[in-house]
Amino acid sequence: MNKFKDLNNIESFTHFTDVNISDLKKDILLKMLFKMILIRKAEEKISENVENGTIKCPCHLAIGQEAIAVAAALSMIKDDKAFGAHRSHAHFLALNDDTFSLFAEVLGRVDGCSKGMGGSMHIIDKSNGFYGSVPIVGATIPMATGAGLSISLKESKNLSISYFGDGACEEGVLHESLNLASVMNLPTVFICENNLFSSHLRIDQRQTEMYTSRFAKAHNIESIVIDGNNITDLYNFMSTKFKSVRDTHKPLFIEAITYRWKGHVGHREDEDVGVERSQDLRKWRNRDPIKLLSEELIKNNIISTVELNQIEKEIISKIENDWNKALKSEFPDKSNLNKFVYS
Amino acid sequence: MNKKIKFSKGIHTAFDYLLENHEEFFVIGQGLWSPWYVGETMKDLDKKYGKKRVIDTPVSELAVTGATIGAAITGFKPLVVHPRVDFMLLAVDQIVTQAAKWRHMFGNNSSAPATFRAIINRGGEQGAQHSQSLHSWFAHIPGLKVVMPYDANDARDLLISSVLADDPVVFMDDRWLYDEEFIDKGLKLIDLKDVKPKIIQEGKDITIVGVGFTVKKIMDCKQELSVLNIDPEIIDLRLLNPIDYSSIINSVKKTKRLVVVDGDWSSCGLASEIITSVVESVNPQDLISKPKRVTLVDAPAPTSKYLENDYYISTENIIDAIKEIF
Repeated sequence: MNKFKDLNNIESFTHFTDVNISDLKKDILLKMLFKMILIRKAEEKISENVENGTIKCPCHLAIGQEAIAVAAALSMIKDDKAFGAHRSHAHFLALNDDTFSLFAEVLGRVDGCSKGMGGSMHIIDKSNGFYGSVPIVGATIPMATGAGLSISLKESKNLSISYFGDGACEEGVLHESLNLASVMNLPTVFICENNLFSSHLRIDQRQTEMYTSRFAKAHNIESIVIDGNNITDLYNFMSTKFKSVRDTHKPLFIEAITYRWKGHVGHREDEDVGVERSQDLRKWRNRDPIKLLSEELIKNNIISTVELNQIEKEIISKIENDWNKALKSEFPDKSNLNKFVYS
Repeated sequence: MNKKIKFSKGIHTAFDYLLENHEEFFVIGQGLWSPWYVGETMKDLDKKYGKKRVIDTPVSELAVTGATIGAAITGFKPLVVHPRVDFMLLAVDQIVTQAAKWRHMFGNNSSAPATFRAIINRGGEQGAQHSQSLHSWFAHIPGLKVVMPYDANDARDLLISSVLADDPVVFMDDRWLYDEEFIDKGLKLIDLKDVKPKIIQEGKDITIVGVGFTVKKIMDCKQELSVLNIDPEIIDLRLLNPIDYSSIINSVKKTKRLVVVDGDWSSCGLASEIITSVVESVNPQDLISKPKRVTLVDAPAPTSKYLENDYYISTENIIDAIKEIF
């Protein structure tokens, strides 16, 4: 049996589903749309400024993967705690829409979410449930598990989220963490954004099967493989399942299949890592999570094309304002170099 | 008669105090439900405070340490136990690359105030992979505090202050000290920020600095030194990072001689660091002799008892080093 059948045949990919807006209220649908477009436009802005040299720090863009972060953010409640990884702008923005503090951070300015000390790879917003992102692959997986332990010890009805990619599934710490969460009954949701690539290597060059949810099964954790570009499916599943994780304090593993349009890091599409994937990329662009939702919204008369254009215009204007404001923000005081080493 | 306290009891008392008084404290690690792993230092804590707050774990040093850090980031003041330093090395990414940098890289918007307790198991024919100390490694890292007690009172008070500190702390205790007895001065709540090297014996002829178990070895030299008519000033380092050097520097300015005794390897080690920091602050003409360090043989720990005797630091090694500079 070919364990990579789906990988080589995107059109007939088993887990693709149609966006289905029935049963969802207009305000949540508009939030989905707004947040996904905001993330897309913010990352396009970042991409442009990586290319022109204004942004110097490494930026790993999630263009094409926005639906997962937005569905999870809209399913989170107060005191739920999410941990990100290297590609986390979307996780952050989905929770706070705060393009200004993200822009200031990637520019290394003091008004950034980490006071200009972290850059793109170290972003945080605890007040909105985002407890930090780091670029050491897999490093936040046990931390999110520990946040689950916190919730368990406090006996509160909350959950923690660990975002990671298919590459992190090759790190031992994922397996240790899944076992720990399962043995200790921790309310941790492991969200694997399987974009089929780790840096330049496709998953069939690194693993023996395409689907990482097999690792959850090995640890007796409930799991699902889901279309990562279908915001309504993601949201319907997460908003329901998160409730039961909060109630039962049992872990959950969500494998969302998706695709990043850019290379591993920076503004280029693929040539930066020497990977020829333009054919696949063309197909995946047809499964743009924003397009899939907006077409459905227009078809069902939830919004008109004019309204969609208006939303986009407003978002672009917010982004321009925030970007220009971020450019005016100061660099951190040099005394900050060793100010935050200890308490 | 003054009441005595064993070193192991000092640690046990700290855990008792923390579990009793601090809801935000829990302790996790391999072997916590078995006295075989951690000796008397944690005996029956699980029975007294419950297995929910005294947690034994799967054999997953990395994830368990990471989970401890995750709990620290989300509001707890937890401690993870590694019954041997060697096994803690499986979790170095979480300690060094995550916890130590957490506050700095997020611009003070978060912190990871976890304590990593590692037990040093020297001797007993445990060999190269069960006997490491490596405190200098950890003391190299900005953002990590490193604590190594010698006195049972410090074992208790510094463990409490390590846990309650708002910083990640590596707390290392040496099994060779567990049965040592000290006069019980009673539990004292101190802030780790105020902890400095402690002069445990004043003297005028030579400054001898030790850390953890080597302080005991230095103390064991006292009688022979007095026969040699040498009056040593003995300093217990206690906190290895960050170090406040002022008391050591002032001591050397007074005694004009320095020996550092460190139970780890010499290369890029703690002894080198202390000597360097002192000679940078003392005029060469103010020293009567070259500073000296006494460290382990630069080799992995041997297994056989016969070789162990030569590998670990003895009082003769210390006396010989002192004689060389007199």
